[in-house]
Amino acid sequence: MGDLIQLLVAKYNYWIYITLMMIGLYAMIAKNNLVKKIVGMNIFQTAIILFYVSIGSKKGGTIPIIEHGHGAAGSHVVHAADYINPLPHVLMLTAIVVSVATLGVALALAIKVYERYNTLEEDEILAQIREK
Amino acid sequence: MSEQYPALLVVVPLLSALLISAAGWLKKRLCFPIAVVALGVAAYASIGLLIRVLNEGVIIYRLGGWPPPWGIAYYVDHLNGLVLAVVSVVAFINLIASQKSIEEEFPEKTGAFYTLYVLMVTGLLGIVVTGDAFNLYVLLEIASLTGYGLIAMGQKDRAPLASLNYLYMGTIGACFYLLGVGYLYIVTGSLNMVDIARILPPLYQSKAVLTAFIICMVGVWLKMALFPLHAWLPNAYTYAPSASSSLIAPLMTKVMIYVMIRLILTVFTPQFAFSNLAISNSIVWLAVLAIVMGAILALAQTNLKKMLTYVIIAEVGYMVGGAWLGNRAGMTGAILHIVNDALMTLCAFMVVSNIVYKVKGYAFEDLKGLLRKMPFTMGAFVIGALSIIGVPPTCGFFSKWYLISGALKAGHYGFMVALLFSSLVNVVLFFRVLEISYYEPFSNHHVGDHHPEPMAEAPLTMLVPLIIVAAGLVLVGLYTGDIVNHIIQFAIPKGIV
Repeated sequence: MGDLIQLLVAKYNYWIYITLMMIGLYAMIAKNNLVKKIVGMNIFQTAIILFYVSIGSKKGGTIPIIEHGHGAAGSHVVHAADYINPLPHVLMLTAIVVSVATLGVALALAIKVYERYNTLEEDEILAQIREK
Repeated sequence: MSEQYPALLVVVPLLSALLISAAGWLKKRLCFPIAVVALGVAAYASIGLLIRVLNEGVIIYRLGGWPPPWGIAYYVDHLNGLVLAVVSVVAFINLIASQKSIEEEFPEKTGAFYTLYVLMVTGLLGIVVTGDAFNLYVLLEIASLTGYGLIAMGQKDRAPLASLNYLYMGTIGACFYLLGVGYLYIVTGSLNMVDIARILPPLYQSKAVLTAFIICMVGVWLKMALFPLHAWLPNAYTYAPSASSSLIAPLMTKVMIYVMIRLILTVFTPQFAFSNLAISNSIVWLAVLAIVMGAILALAQTNLKKMLTYVIIAEVGYMVGGAWLGNRAGMTGAILHIVNDALMTLCAFMVVSNIVYKVKGYAFEDLKGLLRKMPFTMGAFVIGALSIIGVPPTCGFFSKWYLISGALKAGHYGFMVALLFSSLVNVVLFFRVLEISYYEPFSNHHVGDHHPEPMAEAPLTMLVPLIIVAAGLVLVGLYTGDIVNHIIQFAIPKGIV
């Protein structure tokens, strides 16, 4: 039990991202409402963003702007361990844009579906398709 | 000028997409010419690049002059040089062929359509040319998001829902790929493909690398619709407008197969994928399942377009299986089949778009009498069908030959049997279509005053590109030896025998 707790605590960021990801995946598979599925998809994407952001952080690290860097650059040693890794964060800026765009397209499609079938419940839509 | 080809390939269509969307508001007539020029430049640049690769070897292009692994580098070698040429040429031919059907299907949305079309080609070319794992993800999403839009423009009843289902699956696929890249970044600290391949070898035993590999593969398989993950494909491709389906069907799955081969050959290296992991045999069995199920499901269809989508699912199985056989002949077959299948699928879907233009339907009963009514279109269909079945001298025969000899060499008889089975099923599928189109529609007139309908072919702008593609199927078949000896041979690392 102690080992398990230690495992959970030491790598808590991974557990959180996996839990969030599974919540999203569950919503996409099990929910009947198209918008709920879209929300699930967004949670799924956010989980991955969280994963990336968490791997950039370091204990005791600060924002990646070189201290006293202005004017006197190169005059003293820069310790990479003092600064968090900015690259995963920058990557996630792009990924956030992508996920917003995906959300927009998905909601637009959901509106189209609603205009045609007057419902967002998947089983009702499928029933209407089958009737024809 | 030719130094800048790798950047021009992506930048010219990207900026033109902006221009087209502006032109869509101001002057609709300009949209088509801008798109033609943009994709023409892309096709010219990609063929120029292929020729340069043939003469000089691998080309490395640093975007903005930043050296890798800090900056993004574009690598063009024999593998993606070939795929780039195929993607840009297919997109260009299809653009010209589909002008009429676009104007007929949605006259008020031509600006939006051409914008999405050119953006999608930007994404596809970018995926193929880039040497950066994260950049690939971004371009993958560009191609996918525009693809969702293009598909949703189709039939009002079904297309938006089909597109939404594709979006759910596609997003999961892309997210899985992104997650895999994240794991690779944790262990290597790099995103550049060549750099990752350099750092990885001592880490092959690491669980994180294994996780990265499997997650990336599952993501890519979702995107290419490998059998158990294929559920989104048939509806999305069937209900898309004909101009979109003849762009997306030949290119999207093929580009994803290129990504899979790139991950195996460059990022993870064949040594890791084939030797360290003992999973290649089971993946080939998965491909066997894809081929058999694709063939059986295709038999159950009652309309031409949906039947072709299941044929695509079977073809995806060919290429995945060929790549995972782990020998030179299988890999050659898989790469050659990317080229051939792109052309074959393009041919078949262009035929569908001509039929839809004239007959307004693609169910089997709409096809009656077409062999006489549209002889050139159906002639091209016959060539496409022979190629998909795999009859020499069409190109489909040669890639299938390499795949089968690869299967024999690997001792994987299941894969060989699946290939033969699917060829036989294809014979049944396509001869059924031809039989239906041979007989005249049942007419209510008396036998005496029966006079056959006049010939009603699709307009020349649709017919000429189709005939060029059909001729291309035979030409590529005849020049297979050259393609394999001068291009594909160098695309496969020496380690694979």
